[in-house]
Amino acid sequence: MSALLQFQEVWVEYGEKVVLERVSLDIQEGEFVSVVGPSGAGKSTFLRLVLGQEGPTRGKILLDGTPLTPECHPDRGVVFQRYSVFPHLTALQNVAFGLECDASPLLGKLFGGAKRKANAAAEEMLAAVGLEHNLNVYPAQMSGGMQQRLAIAQALIKHPRVLLLDEPFGALDPGIRNDMHTLVTKLWREHGLTIVMVTHDIKEAFKLGTRVLAFDKRRIDPQAPNRYGATAVYDMPVSKRADMEVATPD
Amino acid sequence: MRVVNIKPRRGARILIGAVPIVVLLIVYAIFSAARLDANPNDKVLPTFAAMAQEVVRLTTQTDPRTGQITALADTLASLYRLGIGVLIATISTLIIGLALGVVPLVRAALGPIVAIIAVIPPIAVLPILFIAMGLGEASKIALIAVGIAPFMIRDLAGHVASLPAEQFVKAQTLGANSWQLTLRVALPQALPRLIDSLRLSMGPAWVFLISAEAIASDVGLGYRIFLVRRYLAMDTILPYVAWISLLAIATDALLQWISRKAFPWAHGDGK
Repeated sequence: MSALLQFQEVWVEYGEKVVLERVSLDIQEGEFVSVVGPSGAGKSTFLRLVLGQEGPTRGKILLDGTPLTPECHPDRGVVFQRYSVFPHLTALQNVAFGLECDASPLLGKLFGGAKRKANAAAEEMLAAVGLEHNLNVYPAQMSGGMQQRLAIAQALIKHPRVLLLDEPFGALDPGIRNDMHTLVTKLWREHGLTIVMVTHDIKEAFKLGTRVLAFDKRRIDPQAPNRYGATAVYDMPVSKRADMEVATPD
Repeated sequence: MRVVNIKPRRGARILIGAVPIVVLLIVYAIFSAARLDANPNDKVLPTFAAMAQEVVRLTTQTDPRTGQITALADTLASLYRLGIGVLIATISTLIIGLALGVVPLVRAALGPIVAIIAVIPPIAVLPILFIAMGLGEASKIALIAVGIAPFMIRDLAGHVASLPAEQFVKAQTLGANSWQLTLRVALPQALPRLIDSLRLSMGPAWVFLISAEAIASDVGLGYRIFLVRRYLAMDTILPYVAWISLLAIATDALLQWISRKAFPWAHGDGK
Protein backbone atom coordinates (compact mmCIF):
# COMPACT_ATOMS: atom_id res chain seq x y z
CA MET A 1 0.00 0.00 0.00
CA SER A 2 1.40 3.37 -0.95
CA ALA A 3 1.55 6.09 1.65
CA LEU A 4 -1.25 8.58 2.14
CA LEU A 5 1.06 11.54 1.87
CA GLN A 6 4.37 11.44 0.06
CA PHE A 7 7.11 14.07 -0.01
CA GLN A 8 9.58 13.46 -2.83
CA GLU A 9 12.77 15.55 -2.77
CA VAL A 10 10.86 18.69 -1.82
CA TRP A 11 12.65 22.06 -1.75
CA VAL A 12 11.22 25.41 -0.76
CA GLU A 13 13.18 28.54 -1.58
CA TYR A 14 12.30 32.20 -1.25
CA GLY A 15 14.75 33.86 -3.61
CA GLU A 16 18.20 33.34 -2.06
CA LYS A 17 16.78 31.89 1.10
CA VAL A 18 16.50 28.12 1.25
CA VAL A 19 13.84 27.13 3.78
CA LEU A 20 13.43 23.41 3.19
CA GLU A 21 15.83 21.16 1.35
CA ARG A 22 15.47 17.57 0.22
CA VAL A 23 12.49 16.66 2.30
CA SER A 24 11.56 13.09 1.44
CA LEU A 25 9.19 11.21 3.65
CA ASP A 26 6.00 9.19 3.61
CA ILE A 27 3.11 9.53 5.98
CA GLN A 28 0.85 6.51 6.31
CA GLU A 29 -2.86 6.58 6.90
CA GLY A 30 -3.68 6.60 10.58
CA GLU A 31 -0.38 8.08 11.74
CA PHE A 32 -0.19 10.89 14.26
CA VAL A 33 2.88 12.81 13.20
CA SER A 34 4.29 15.47 15.52
CA VAL A 35 6.60 18.01 13.93
CA VAL A 36 9.07 19.77 16.20
CA GLY A 37 12.11 21.96 15.66
CA PRO A 38 13.53 25.38 16.48
CA SER A 39 11.93 28.57 15.20
CA GLY A 40 12.71 29.18 11.56
CA ALA A 41 13.39 25.51 10.84
CA GLY A 42 10.56 25.27 8.34
CA LYS A 43 7.94 23.55 10.50
CA SER A 44 5.27 25.98 9.44
CA THR A 45 6.42 25.91 5.83
CA PHE A 46 6.10 22.13 5.94
CA LEU A 47 2.56 22.49 7.24
CA ARG A 48 1.67 25.14 4.65
CA LEU A 49 2.90 22.78 1.93
CA VAL A 50 0.58 20.04 3.08
CA LEU A 51 -2.23 22.54 3.47
CA GLY A 52 -1.67 23.88 -0.02
CA GLN A 53 -1.11 27.48 1.07
CA GLU A 54 2.07 27.32 -0.99
CA GLY A 55 3.72 24.89 -3.36
CA PRO A 56 7.22 23.44 -3.38
CA THR A 57 9.95 25.14 -5.43
CA ARG A 58 11.14 21.72 -6.52
CA GLY A 59 10.01 18.19 -5.87
CA LYS A 60 6.62 16.62 -5.55
CA ILE A 61 4.02 16.18 -2.86
CA LEU A 62 1.49 13.43 -3.44
CA LEU A 63 -1.76 12.87 -1.58
CA ASP A 64 -3.21 9.44 -2.28
CA GLY A 65 -0.80 9.22 -5.19
CA THR A 66 -1.93 12.42 -6.93
CA PRO A 67 0.15 15.62 -6.86
CA LEU A 68 -1.16 18.40 -4.60
CA THR A 69 -2.19 21.66 -6.22
CA PRO A 70 -1.00 24.70 -4.28
CA GLU A 71 -4.50 25.56 -3.12
CA CYS A 72 -6.45 24.67 0.01
CA HIS A 73 -8.93 21.86 -0.33
CA PRO A 74 -11.44 20.14 1.94
CA ASP A 75 -9.43 16.91 1.95
CA ARG A 76 -6.98 18.66 4.28
CA GLY A 77 -8.51 20.17 7.41
CA VAL A 78 -6.69 22.59 9.64
CA VAL A 79 -6.76 24.01 13.15
CA PHE A 80 -4.57 27.06 13.77
CA GLN A 81 -3.37 28.39 17.08
CA ARG A 82 -5.79 31.32 16.75
CA TYR A 83 -8.44 32.74 14.39
CA SER A 84 -9.59 29.29 13.30
CA VAL A 85 -13.26 29.95 13.95
CA PHE A 86 -15.54 32.59 12.49
CA PRO A 87 -16.37 35.23 15.10
CA HIS A 88 -19.66 36.17 13.42
CA LEU A 89 -21.12 32.66 13.56
CA THR A 90 -22.38 30.71 16.54
CA ALA A 91 -20.80 27.36 17.39
CA LEU A 92 -23.47 25.49 15.48
CA GLN A 93 -23.21 27.79 12.45
CA ASN A 94 -19.42 27.49 12.52
CA VAL A 95 -19.61 23.71 12.24
CA ALA A 96 -22.50 23.66 9.75
CA PHE A 97 -20.54 26.08 7.51
CA GLY A 98 -18.59 23.27 5.86
CA LEU A 99 -21.76 21.37 5.01
CA GLU A 100 -23.51 24.47 3.70
CA CYS A 101 -20.66 25.40 1.37
CA ASP A 102 -20.86 22.01 -0.25
CA ALA A 103 -24.59 21.86 -0.72
CA SER A 104 -25.32 25.46 -1.67
CA PRO A 105 -22.75 26.91 -4.07
CA LEU A 106 -24.70 30.11 -4.71
CA LEU A 107 -25.80 31.25 -1.25
CA GLY A 108 -23.59 29.13 0.98
CA LYS A 109 -26.65 28.69 3.16
CA LEU A 110 -29.21 25.94 3.61
CA PHE A 111 -32.89 26.17 4.45
CA GLY A 112 -35.66 23.91 5.66
CA GLY A 113 -35.04 20.18 5.82
CA ALA A 114 -31.53 20.34 4.40
CA LYS A 115 -30.64 22.88 7.09
CA ARG A 116 -32.08 20.71 9.86
CA LYS A 117 -30.07 17.77 8.57
CA ALA A 118 -26.85 19.80 8.45
CA ASN A 119 -27.53 21.17 11.93
CA ALA A 120 -28.11 17.67 13.28
CA ALA A 121 -24.78 16.53 11.87
CA ALA A 122 -23.11 19.63 13.29
CA GLU A 123 -24.69 19.05 16.70
CA GLU A 124 -23.39 15.50 16.72
CA MET A 125 -19.88 16.74 15.92
CA LEU A 126 -20.10 19.40 18.63
CA ALA A 127 -21.16 16.74 21.11
CA ALA A 128 -18.11 14.70 20.12
CA VAL A 129 -15.84 17.57 21.19
CA GLY A 130 -17.84 18.29 24.33
CA LEU A 131 -19.60 21.46 23.22
CA GLU A 132 -23.15 20.08 23.20
CA HIS A 133 -24.27 22.75 25.69
CA ASN A 134 -22.83 25.69 23.73
CA LEU A 135 -24.56 25.41 20.39
CA ASN A 136 -25.73 28.99 20.12
CA VAL A 137 -22.77 30.75 21.68
CA TYR A 138 -20.49 33.06 19.70
CA PRO A 139 -16.73 32.36 19.85
CA ALA A 140 -16.14 35.63 21.73
CA GLN A 141 -18.03 34.17 24.71
CA MET A 142 -15.94 31.00 24.68
CA SER A 143 -12.70 30.27 26.47
CA GLY A 144 -9.58 29.54 24.43
CA GLY A 145 -9.98 25.80 24.98
CA MET A 146 -13.60 25.83 23.86
CA GLN A 147 -12.68 27.79 20.74
CA GLN A 148 -10.10 25.15 19.83
CA ARG A 149 -12.64 22.38 20.44
CA LEU A 150 -14.96 24.23 18.11
CA ALA A 151 -12.22 24.60 15.49
CA ILE A 152 -11.58 20.86 15.62
CA ALA A 153 -15.28 20.02 15.25
CA GLN A 154 -15.49 22.48 12.36
CA ALA A 155 -12.59 20.76 10.57
CA LEU A 156 -13.76 17.21 11.26
CA ILE A 157 -17.24 17.72 9.79
CA LYS A 158 -15.59 17.58 6.35
CA HIS A 159 -13.94 14.23 7.14
CA PRO A 160 -10.53 15.38 5.89
CA ARG A 161 -7.95 12.84 4.74
CA VAL A 162 -5.36 14.67 6.81
CA LEU A 163 -5.96 16.92 9.80
CA LEU A 164 -3.31 19.58 10.25
CA LEU A 165 -2.78 21.14 13.67
CA ASP A 166 -0.61 24.27 13.79
CA GLU A 167 0.44 24.69 17.43
CA PRO A 168 -3.18 24.13 18.36
CA PHE A 169 -2.69 24.19 22.12
CA GLY A 170 0.11 26.77 22.32
CA ALA A 171 -2.14 29.48 23.72
CA LEU A 172 -3.89 27.33 26.33
CA ASP A 173 -3.04 26.92 29.98
CA PRO A 174 -1.64 23.56 31.15
CA GLY A 175 -4.82 22.07 32.65
CA ILE A 176 -6.88 22.83 29.57
CA ARG A 177 -4.04 21.62 27.38
CA ASN A 178 -4.21 18.22 29.09
CA ASP A 179 -7.94 17.96 28.45
CA MET A 180 -7.33 18.84 24.82
CA HIS A 181 -4.67 16.12 24.55
CA THR A 182 -7.19 13.58 25.78
CA LEU A 183 -9.79 14.86 23.35
CA VAL A 184 -7.49 14.83 20.33
CA THR A 185 -6.26 11.34 21.14
CA LYS A 186 -9.83 10.14 21.51
CA LEU A 187 -10.94 11.69 18.21
CA TRP A 188 -7.86 10.41 16.40
CA ARG A 189 -8.62 6.90 17.57
CA GLU A 190 -12.39 6.93 17.08
CA HIS A 191 -12.38 8.59 13.67
CA GLY A 192 -9.26 6.86 12.38
CA LEU A 193 -7.70 10.23 11.57
CA THR A 194 -4.34 10.99 10.06
CA ILE A 195 -2.91 13.96 11.94
CA VAL A 196 0.11 16.18 11.33
CA MET A 197 0.73 18.48 14.29
CA VAL A 198 3.31 21.23 14.50
CA THR A 199 4.26 22.04 18.08
CA HIS A 200 6.88 23.84 20.16
CA ASP A 201 6.32 21.49 23.07
CA ILE A 202 8.53 18.41 22.76
CA LYS A 203 6.73 16.64 25.60
CA GLU A 204 3.44 17.16 23.83
CA ALA A 205 4.97 15.88 20.58
CA PHE A 206 6.00 12.59 22.14
CA LYS A 207 2.88 12.25 24.25
CA LEU A 208 0.46 12.52 21.33
CA GLY A 209 2.41 11.42 18.28
CA THR A 210 3.02 7.94 16.94
CA ARG A 211 5.94 9.47 15.11
CA VAL A 212 8.00 12.56 15.72
CA LEU A 213 9.69 14.53 12.97
CA ALA A 214 12.37 17.00 14.04
CA PHE A 215 13.15 19.70 11.52
CA ASP A 216 16.50 21.46 11.57
CA LYS A 217 19.33 22.50 9.33
CA ARG A 218 21.89 19.78 8.68
CA ARG A 219 24.62 22.27 7.84
CA ILE A 220 25.10 25.95 8.43
CA ASP A 221 27.38 28.26 6.52
CA PRO A 222 28.18 31.06 9.00
CA GLN A 223 28.89 33.43 6.08
CA ALA A 224 25.56 32.66 4.42
CA PRO A 225 23.09 31.40 6.99
CA ASN A 226 20.30 31.23 4.42
CA ARG A 227 22.26 29.10 1.99
CA TYR A 228 21.13 25.81 3.46
CA GLY A 229 17.61 24.83 4.35
CA ALA A 230 16.15 22.62 7.00
CA THR A 231 14.95 19.08 6.60
CA ALA A 232 13.63 16.28 8.79
CA VAL A 233 16.83 15.44 10.66
CA TYR A 234 15.17 12.99 13.01
CA ASP A 235 12.27 10.76 12.15
CA MET A 236 11.40 8.46 15.01
CA PRO A 237 8.49 6.22 15.79
CA VAL A 238 7.07 6.56 19.28
CA SER A 239 6.14 3.46 21.19
CA LYS A 240 3.34 4.21 23.56
CA ARG A 241 3.52 3.33 27.22
CA ALA A 242 0.90 0.87 28.42
CA ASP A 243 -1.10 3.45 30.39
CA MET A 244 -1.07 5.82 27.43
CA GLU A 245 -1.69 3.00 25.00
CA VAL A 246 -4.45 4.04 22.71
CA ALA A 247 -3.76 1.48 20.01
CA THR A 248 -2.59 2.46 16.57
CA PRO A 249 -5.56 2.12 14.28
CA ASP A 250 -4.80 -0.89 12.16
CA MET B 1 -7.42 59.65 45.10
CA ARG B 2 -6.04 60.36 41.68
CA VAL B 3 -8.29 62.25 39.28
CA VAL B 4 -7.95 59.52 36.64
CA ASN B 5 -9.50 57.00 39.03
CA ILE B 6 -12.66 58.95 39.79
CA LYS B 7 -15.38 57.31 37.74
CA PRO B 8 -18.81 58.98 37.94
CA ARG B 9 -21.83 56.74 38.12
CA ARG B 10 -24.60 56.84 35.53
CA GLY B 11 -26.76 59.48 37.24
CA ALA B 12 -23.78 61.65 38.09
CA ARG B 13 -22.43 61.30 34.57
CA ILE B 14 -25.62 62.65 33.00
CA LEU B 15 -25.67 65.51 35.50
CA ILE B 16 -22.02 66.42 34.84
CA GLY B 17 -22.62 66.20 31.10
CA ALA B 18 -25.56 68.58 31.32
CA VAL B 19 -23.62 71.30 33.15
CA PRO B 20 -21.62 72.70 30.17
CA ILE B 21 -24.75 72.74 28.01
CA VAL B 22 -26.73 74.64 30.65
CA VAL B 23 -23.81 77.03 31.17
CA LEU B 24 -23.66 77.69 27.42
CA LEU B 25 -27.39 78.47 27.31
CA ILE B 26 -27.13 80.80 30.32
CA VAL B 27 -24.14 82.62 28.84
CA TYR B 28 -26.08 83.04 25.60
CA ALA B 29 -29.11 84.38 27.47
CA ILE B 30 -26.95 86.90 29.36
CA PHE B 31 -25.24 88.20 26.22
CA SER B 32 -28.52 88.25 24.33
CA ALA B 33 -30.18 90.27 27.08
CA ALA B 34 -27.22 92.67 27.19
CA ARG B 35 -27.31 93.30 23.44
CA LEU B 36 -31.08 93.73 23.32
CA ASP B 37 -30.83 96.08 26.29
CA ALA B 38 -28.50 98.30 24.28
CA ASN B 39 -30.49 98.00 21.05
CA PRO B 40 -34.02 96.48 21.10
CA ASN B 41 -33.83 95.92 17.31
CA ASP B 42 -30.65 93.84 17.49
CA LYS B 43 -30.93 90.67 15.39
CA VAL B 44 -27.63 88.95 16.13
CA LEU B 45 -28.50 87.34 19.46
CA PRO B 46 -32.30 86.93 19.59
CA THR B 47 -33.99 85.81 22.81
CA PHE B 48 -35.18 82.23 23.22
CA ALA B 49 -38.73 83.54 23.11
CA ALA B 50 -38.14 85.21 19.75
CA MET B 51 -36.61 82.02 18.37
CA ALA B 52 -39.54 79.96 19.65
CA GLN B 53 -41.95 82.36 17.99
CA GLU B 54 -40.06 81.98 14.70
CA VAL B 55 -40.00 78.20 15.05
CA VAL B 56 -43.77 78.15 15.49
CA ARG B 57 -44.16 80.26 12.36
CA LEU B 58 -41.81 78.03 10.35
CA THR B 59 -43.44 74.80 11.44
CA THR B 60 -47.12 75.74 11.29
CA GLN B 61 -47.71 78.40 8.65
CA THR B 62 -47.60 77.63 4.98
CA ASP B 63 -45.36 79.74 2.81
CA PRO B 64 -47.70 81.72 0.52
CA ARG B 65 -45.23 81.40 -2.36
CA THR B 66 -44.77 77.62 -2.29
CA GLY B 67 -47.90 76.58 -0.43
CA GLN B 68 -45.85 74.41 1.92
CA ILE B 69 -44.81 74.56 5.54
CA THR B 70 -41.28 75.93 5.30
CA ALA B 71 -39.46 73.85 7.91
CA LEU B 72 -41.16 70.63 6.87
CA ALA B 73 -40.42 71.15 3.17
CA ASP B 74 -36.80 72.04 3.94
CA THR B 75 -36.32 69.00 6.18
CA LEU B 76 -37.87 66.55 3.73
CA ALA B 77 -35.87 67.93 0.79
CA SER B 78 -32.60 67.77 2.72
CA LEU B 79 -33.23 64.31 4.17
CA TYR B 80 -34.16 63.01 0.73
CA ARG B 81 -30.89 64.25 -0.78
CA LEU B 82 -28.87 63.06 2.19
CA GLY B 83 -30.60 59.67 2.27
CA ILE B 84 -30.19 58.90 -1.42
CA GLY B 85 -26.59 60.17 -1.46
CA VAL B 86 -25.63 58.14 1.57
CA LEU B 87 -27.45 55.08 0.23
CA ILE B 88 -25.55 55.24 -3.07
CA ALA B 89 -22.27 55.68 -1.21
CA THR B 90 -23.04 52.77 1.12
CA ILE B 91 -24.02 50.35 -1.62
CA SER B 92 -21.02 51.19 -3.79
CA THR B 93 -18.78 50.92 -0.73
CA LEU B 94 -20.12 47.49 0.04
CA ILE B 95 -19.54 46.21 -3.49
CA ILE B 96 -16.22 47.92 -4.29
CA GLY B 97 -14.83 47.71 -0.76
CA LEU B 98 -15.54 43.99 -0.47
CA ALA B 99 -14.09 43.26 -3.90
CA LEU B 100 -10.97 45.31 -3.10
CA GLY B 101 -10.55 43.60 0.24
CA VAL B 102 -11.17 40.03 -0.83
CA VAL B 103 -9.81 39.74 -4.37
CA PRO B 104 -6.13 40.67 -4.84
CA LEU B 105 -6.71 41.09 -8.58
CA VAL B 106 -9.36 43.73 -8.01
CA ARG B 107 -7.11 45.45 -5.45
CA ALA B 108 -4.34 45.61 -8.05
CA ALA B 109 -6.72 46.96 -10.68
CA LEU B 110 -8.84 49.45 -8.75
CA GLY B 111 -6.73 50.31 -5.69
CA PRO B 112 -4.76 53.14 -7.36
CA ILE B 113 -7.76 54.87 -8.91
CA VAL B 114 -9.71 54.76 -5.65
CA ALA B 115 -6.68 56.20 -3.85
CA ILE B 116 -6.48 59.05 -6.39
CA ILE B 117 -10.20 59.84 -6.23
CA ALA B 118 -10.04 59.80 -2.45
CA VAL B 119 -7.55 62.70 -2.28
CA ILE B 120 -9.60 65.00 -4.55
CA PRO B 121 -11.46 67.55 -2.40
CA PRO B 122 -15.11 66.85 -3.25
CA ILE B 123 -16.13 70.52 -3.16
CA ALA B 124 -13.62 71.15 -5.95
CA VAL B 125 -15.57 68.84 -8.25
CA LEU B 126 -18.93 70.42 -7.36
CA PRO B 127 -18.75 72.76 -10.40
CA ILE B 128 -18.12 69.71 -12.59
CA LEU B 129 -21.18 68.03 -11.10
CA PHE B 130 -23.28 71.16 -11.65
CA ILE B 131 -22.11 71.41 -15.26
CA ALA B 132 -22.55 67.71 -15.97
CA MET B 133 -25.78 67.06 -14.06
CA GLY B 134 -27.42 70.46 -13.93
CA LEU B 135 -28.54 72.31 -10.81
CA GLY B 136 -31.21 69.80 -9.84
CA GLU B 137 -31.24 67.04 -7.26
CA ALA B 138 -28.80 64.78 -9.11
CA SER B 139 -25.74 66.98 -8.63
CA LYS B 140 -26.41 67.46 -4.90
CA ILE B 141 -26.89 63.74 -4.36
CA ALA B 142 -23.79 63.03 -6.42
CA LEU B 143 -21.71 65.42 -4.34
CA ILE B 144 -22.65 63.58 -1.14
CA ALA B 145 -21.97 60.17 -2.68
CA VAL B 146 -18.68 61.23 -4.29
CA GLY B 147 -17.70 63.03 -1.12
CA ILE B 148 -18.00 60.17 1.34
CA ALA B 149 -17.70 57.00 -0.75
CA PRO B 150 -13.90 56.98 -1.31
CA PHE B 151 -13.17 57.21 2.40
CA MET B 152 -15.68 54.49 3.19
CA ILE B 153 -14.40 52.25 0.40
CA ARG B 154 -10.82 52.52 1.57
CA ASP B 155 -11.82 51.96 5.17
CA LEU B 156 -13.87 48.87 4.36
CA ALA B 157 -11.30 47.41 1.97
CA GLY B 158 -8.60 47.87 4.61
CA HIS B 159 -10.76 46.23 7.25
CA VAL B 160 -11.62 43.25 5.07
CA ALA B 161 -8.01 42.81 3.94
CA SER B 162 -6.89 42.78 7.56
CA LEU B 163 -9.24 39.99 8.60
CA PRO B 164 -7.03 37.11 9.75
CA ALA B 165 -5.73 35.09 6.79
CA GLU B 166 -6.40 31.99 8.88
CA GLN B 167 -10.14 32.52 8.48
CA PHE B 168 -9.89 32.50 4.71
CA VAL B 169 -7.65 29.43 4.71
CA LYS B 170 -9.99 27.67 7.09
CA ALA B 171 -13.02 28.50 4.96
CA GLN B 172 -11.25 27.09 1.91
CA THR B 173 -10.45 23.87 3.74
CA LEU B 174 -14.16 23.71 4.52
CA GLY B 175 -14.92 23.81 0.81
CA ALA B 176 -15.81 27.48 0.29
CA ASN B 177 -15.27 28.94 -3.17
CA SER B 178 -14.38 32.60 -3.81
CA TRP B 179 -18.00 33.70 -3.89
CA GLN B 180 -18.89 31.84 -0.69
CA LEU B 181 -15.80 33.30 0.99
CA THR B 182 -17.01 36.78 0.11
CA LEU B 183 -20.61 36.12 1.04
CA ARG B 184 -20.22 34.12 4.23
CA VAL B 185 -16.86 35.16 5.68
CA ALA B 186 -16.05 38.68 4.45
CA LEU B 187 -19.49 40.27 4.05
CA PRO B 188 -20.90 39.60 7.54
CA GLN B 189 -17.71 40.84 9.15
CA ALA B 190 -17.64 43.90 6.88
CA LEU B 191 -21.16 45.08 7.77
CA PRO B 192 -20.54 46.31 11.33
CA ARG B 193 -17.45 48.13 10.10
CA LEU B 194 -19.49 49.64 7.28
CA ILE B 195 -21.96 51.04 9.80
CA ASP B 196 -19.09 52.45 11.86
CA SER B 197 -17.56 54.22 8.89
CA LEU B 198 -21.01 55.42 7.85
CA ARG B 199 -21.44 56.98 11.29
CA LEU B 200 -18.12 58.78 10.84
CA SER B 201 -19.07 59.85 7.31
CA MET B 202 -22.40 61.39 8.28
CA GLY B 203 -20.60 64.57 9.40
CA PRO B 204 -18.93 65.17 6.01
CA ALA B 205 -22.18 64.13 4.29
CA TRP B 206 -24.01 67.00 6.03
CA VAL B 207 -21.22 69.40 5.07
CA PHE B 208 -21.52 68.44 1.41
CA LEU B 209 -25.32 68.63 1.52
CA ILE B 210 -25.37 72.11 3.03
CA SER B 211 -22.64 73.33 0.67
CA ALA B 212 -24.55 72.14 -2.37
CA GLU B 213 -27.80 73.62 -1.06
CA ALA B 214 -26.13 76.91 -0.23
CA ILE B 215 -24.81 77.30 -3.76
CA ALA B 216 -27.76 76.26 -5.91
CA SER B 217 -31.13 75.27 -4.51
CA ASP B 218 -34.64 76.53 -3.82
CA VAL B 219 -35.50 74.39 -0.82
CA GLY B 220 -33.57 72.63 1.93
CA LEU B 221 -32.13 73.25 5.37
CA GLY B 222 -28.83 74.58 4.02
CA TYR B 223 -30.63 76.74 1.45
CA ARG B 224 -32.81 78.32 4.16
CA ILE B 225 -29.86 79.12 6.43
CA PHE B 226 -27.91 80.79 3.63
CA LEU B 227 -31.03 82.59 2.36
CA VAL B 228 -32.01 84.21 5.65
CA ARG B 229 -28.38 85.05 6.42
CA ARG B 230 -28.90 88.05 4.14
CA TYR B 231 -31.36 89.48 6.66
CA LEU B 232 -29.24 88.51 9.68
CA ALA B 233 -32.18 86.31 10.68
CA MET B 234 -30.45 84.58 13.54
CA ASP B 235 -33.87 83.67 14.94
CA THR B 236 -34.20 81.26 12.02
CA ILE B 237 -30.58 80.22 11.63
CA LEU B 238 -30.01 79.14 15.23
CA PRO B 239 -33.08 76.87 15.46
CA TYR B 240 -32.18 75.40 12.07
CA VAL B 241 -28.65 74.62 13.24
CA ALA B 242 -30.06 73.04 16.39
CA TRP B 243 -32.51 71.02 14.28
CA ILE B 244 -29.70 69.76 12.01
CA SER B 245 -27.69 68.73 15.07
CA LEU B 246 -30.71 66.89 16.42
CA LEU B 247 -31.20 65.05 13.13
CA ALA B 248 -27.50 64.11 13.09
CA ILE B 249 -27.64 62.81 16.66
CA ALA B 250 -30.78 60.79 15.91
CA THR B 251 -29.19 59.27 12.79
CA ASP B 252 -26.10 58.31 14.73
CA ALA B 253 -28.12 56.72 17.51
CA LEU B 254 -30.20 54.82 14.97
CA LEU B 255 -27.13 53.45 13.18
CA GLN B 256 -25.57 52.40 16.46
CA TRP B 257 -28.77 50.68 17.51
CA ILE B 258 -28.99 48.81 14.21
CA SER B 259 -25.41 47.65 14.54
CA ARG B 260 -25.97 46.38 18.08
CA LYS B 261 -29.18 44.59 17.19
CA ALA B 262 -27.99 43.06 13.93
CA PHE B 263 -24.39 42.20 14.85
CA PRO B 264 -24.31 41.32 18.55
CA TRP B 265 -21.10 39.33 18.05
CA ALA B 266 -19.28 42.49 16.95
CA HIS B 267 -20.10 44.28 20.20
CA GLY B 268 -18.98 41.55 22.56
CA ASP B 269 -22.47 41.00 23.92
CA GLY B 270 -23.94 38.37 21.66
CA LYS B 271 -25.86 35.47 23.03
